[in-house]
Amino acid sequence: MIALRGLALLLLFQAVGEGLVLALKLPFPGPVVGLLLLLFALRWPAVREPAQAAAELLLAHLSLLFVPVGVGIVTHLDLVARHGIQLVVAVVVSTWIGMAVTALLLRALLKRDARPEQGDA
Amino acid sequence: MPDFVQLWVYLSTAPLFGLTATLVVYVVAAAVYDRVERAPWANPVLWSVIALGSLLLATGTPYPTYFAGAQFVHVLLGPAVVALAWPLWQRRAELRRRSVALLVAALVGGVAAGGSAVLLASTLDLPGEVVRSLASKSVTAPVAMGIAERIGGVPALAAVFAVLTGLVGALSARYLFNGLGIASWAVRGFALGTVSHGIGAARALQVHDDAGAYAGIALGLQVLLASLIIPLLFRWLA
Repeated sequence: MIALRGLALLLLFQAVGEGLVLALKLPFPGPVVGLLLLLFALRWPAVREPAQAAAELLLAHLSLLFVPVGVGIVTHLDLVARHGIQLVVAVVVSTWIGMAVTALLLRALLKRDARPEQGDA
Repeated sequence: MPDFVQLWVYLSTAPLFGLTATLVVYVVAAAVYDRVERAPWANPVLWSVIALGSLLLATGTPYPTYFAGAQFVHVLLGPAVVALAWPLWQRRAELRRRSVALLVAALVGGVAAGGSAVLLASTLDLPGEVVRSLASKSVTAPVAMGIAERIGGVPALAAVFAVLTGLVGALSARYLFNGLGIASWAVRGFALGTVSHGIGAARALQVHDDAGAYAGIALGLQVLLASLIIPLLFRWLA
């Protein structure tokens, strides 16, 4: 029940986010504004407890939510047939570049932060 | 067997089909994934997409028919993005202490991922709308669609690229980070979440608590940063 109340809260924050984006012509997608609003509202236990229950449920099964969109690749098979190799190169190489840059940079930045971390490995 | 045919015709056009197929296939794929000790190659999103895609092609079911049912799973992506406030709030003290490092890494890493995709794609002569749909590939799918719409990409294509990027990251992160000698779970998770958004974060959560938490933080940050930066960059360049 608490998770259901939390889901209602998450949807409510998303709806308010979508409304604000439309009304104020904000440069964010609606759910992102909902995220920011919720981040602010989490200081209140009445919001925090149900939101936590729903968030943990949704985030535990996050990968399921990408399946319907992923299956959409069947509508772009012509594109894959025409440009498959270029697409694979662009997607794979840029993913590796992004991960390598982020990881190496963050490691360097955290090392500079005086406090040496232990047991992190 | 006319009854059976009629039954199939009814079931395959009702929304029930897409929803049932998505959940059943995913549950099976997730069970196999657990069975092989969550080896990267057994990623449940990858195999669910392959199985369901093949099923649609084999039965000649159009994607919109499938999506009529699958949308009930799909709409949950919105509240899932809102839910990202939770891991951010949970680790707010750590975030504040490391805020500069995390922000810089998320910003530079995200731009490196999206920017290198755009540069590679235009060098390889991919069509312009495809190039623009690649820019948001490191942002979680629903947000990637919103960004693509604003910069003249194709939202549906952007979502597919986001999912593919998520899968490439989830499948290869272990080998890439081991090769680079990245030992810290926090750094590994953060880099995976920055580039491979929700699918990477799901993978990180399954591997290690710290990796999962930092991937969640990175995913949330990337959603915020990319929504601001990608449209700005495209306005400057265009």
